[in-house]
Amino acid sequence: MVVAMLFVILFFICIRGIKVINWEFLTTMPKDGMTKGGILPAIIGTFTLMFGSMLFAFPIGVLSGIYTNEYLKESWFKSFLRSMTNNLAGIPSIVFGLFGMALFVNKLHFGDSIIAGSLTLGLLALPVIIRTTEEALKSVDMSLRTGSYALGATKLQTIRRVVLPVAFPNILTGLILSMGRVSGETAPILFTVAAYFLPKLPHSIFDQVMALPYHLYVLTTSGTDIEATRPIAYGTAFVLIMIVLIFNLMANWLRRYFSKKVKMN
Amino acid sequence: MNKSQRKKIEKIVEGVLFSSSTVTSITVIFIIIFLFNEGIGLFRSKPIEVGYFMAVNKDNPVKQLSPSDIDLIFNQDITNWSKLGGKNDSIILFTYNNITSYISEDSLGANQEYLPAQMNKFISSTSGVIAFFPESFKPKNLIATVLPIKNVKISEFLMGKNWYPTNQPAAQLGILPLILGTLWVSFGAILIALPLGLATAIYLAEVADKRLRNILKPLIELLAGIPSVVYGFFGLVVIVPLVQKTFGLAVGETALVGSIILGIMALPTIITITEDAILTTPQSQKEASLALGASRWQTMVRVIIPYSKSGIAAAIILGIGRAVGETMAVLMVTGNASVIPHSFLQPVRTIPATIAAELGEAPVGGLHFKALFALGIVLFIITFGINLAVEIIKSRTRRA
Repeated sequence: MVVAMLFVILFFICIRGIKVINWEFLTTMPKDGMTKGGILPAIIGTFTLMFGSMLFAFPIGVLSGIYTNEYLKESWFKSFLRSMTNNLAGIPSIVFGLFGMALFVNKLHFGDSIIAGSLTLGLLALPVIIRTTEEALKSVDMSLRTGSYALGATKLQTIRRVVLPVAFPNILTGLILSMGRVSGETAPILFTVAAYFLPKLPHSIFDQVMALPYHLYVLTTSGTDIEATRPIAYGTAFVLIMIVLIFNLMANWLRRYFSKKVKMN
Repeated sequence: MNKSQRKKIEKIVEGVLFSSSTVTSITVIFIIIFLFNEGIGLFRSKPIEVGYFMAVNKDNPVKQLSPSDIDLIFNQDITNWSKLGGKNDSIILFTYNNITSYISEDSLGANQEYLPAQMNKFISSTSGVIAFFPESFKPKNLIATVLPIKNVKISEFLMGKNWYPTNQPAAQLGILPLILGTLWVSFGAILIALPLGLATAIYLAEVADKRLRNILKPLIELLAGIPSVVYGFFGLVVIVPLVQKTFGLAVGETALVGSIILGIMALPTIITITEDAILTTPQSQKEASLALGASRWQTMVRVIIPYSKSGIAAAIILGIGRAVGETMAVLMVTGNASVIPHSFLQPVRTIPATIAAELGEAPVGGLHFKALFALGIVLFIITFGINLAVEIIKSRTRRA
């Protein structure tokens, strides 16, 4: 079966990757032209970018989702907004990279920096967050809203006190899933933040960082000694898969946990 | 808090919500503006380096050369003017690098102060010469025909067969091999992914029992989340050597590997969308078919697939869309040779891979940089068209 075939891929990488994983690998700097040592700066970099992009994309995405679902009536404007969001979702990630480079790096003079990379990744994640927020809000029963209105609550109060709490778990699930997605993106960060080799930790949002996916790319294609870096490449791939896996499991678990809780109430 | 204050707050909140909802639209518009801003500049610039001029003897009937002609001349693939509509005269390349083979170093002066005059003399006295020099050496009273270098044309860009953006003296900016490479790899990916995806979707929707489905569905979603570099890495260490051995090739990085990897990556998308389409087939139609004595297989082929064909079409198009835009995996496994592909066992280079591989080396604002943004426009238009097609198919199904 297809699924089995796909899992061969995962197992292949995991089996070879897990051998190199140890505490030292995760917590030390790369050494000797990346043939030895760990991947700490890449891990830190990836997490920084993940949180940075969400800091930007999550509020805007959620607010935008609330507006389109709760405030806008069916009209040309709503379908326009929706199709624009869909279009944004369909744009290839390398085009985001080009755009991020043209706007954030060159035009706004951020240079190759965490902030440029985070904003680029944030824009990439925005459509996903908007869509999951909308879905979450749609699944909130209409009777809850009308009930709240009947008690004399205003629209804002209804949204804040009734709709959002019910929809929140699903919104959170969307957030976590898009964080997992963002962690693996390479093309948008190539020209906006990623450093080829930078064995120190970032100090400000205008620093460059290493990132796991780019590190893996560098290790496999342009390392100084490709054979010697192979084990590290496997290890990096393994860590990357684990991050995606953990975020997915977390999202699944949250979804299940909250849906149980809602049922009990 | 009184009522008017509360109303004000509600208004403000609504304003904030409204402005965040416009962010996506603004972004799309910004992306278009920035891509075009940088990319269109390509068609306003000349394919030879700024600050250089090109000249021929003034008796030479050839008064104009295209970028590809210039390339052929300087690669010495064309060595006679008669091939370019001129006289039967062999072409003499005359540049700053080889000037001393025609003019002795002493006569140029210690600081090359006599270079312009000597150059003028040489060009005006040599009938087959083509000179390529920095503007700073251009003599004031140059006796020669300075070739007018035309701006890069859109037709040359789209139809040109050579992509050598850093070539000297004339950059070759034809993206046909890149477009064809992208299409080959993408269609190959769909050819691989569609049968597998369709079979899996049908199995999941119609055959598998609920428990198995509940296990498989999240797993497939998980696979959609695996980063493309990981797929690329897997392709590089496993499939590339495999293909190389199987077909006895010199290099394993080929269009075929790209298609296989992209096909695997497109599978989750195709499975999810097709399965949704299949699940919308009304139960009554299925039951009616079964009641008429049709077997399960016949019902599938004759009832379910025709009913969900627009969903399947959407899956195909969306799968192609993802494959067209995919960058990293393709960059890692296709070998990146910018030649027009003739078979799946050749290295190819796709549009996104070209951008990713070359943007880092292209000086900001230069010809190469602009050309890569123009490539971005092409990619954007292709994917935009694909998204539009999906939207149209979806809205049609909704109406039906």
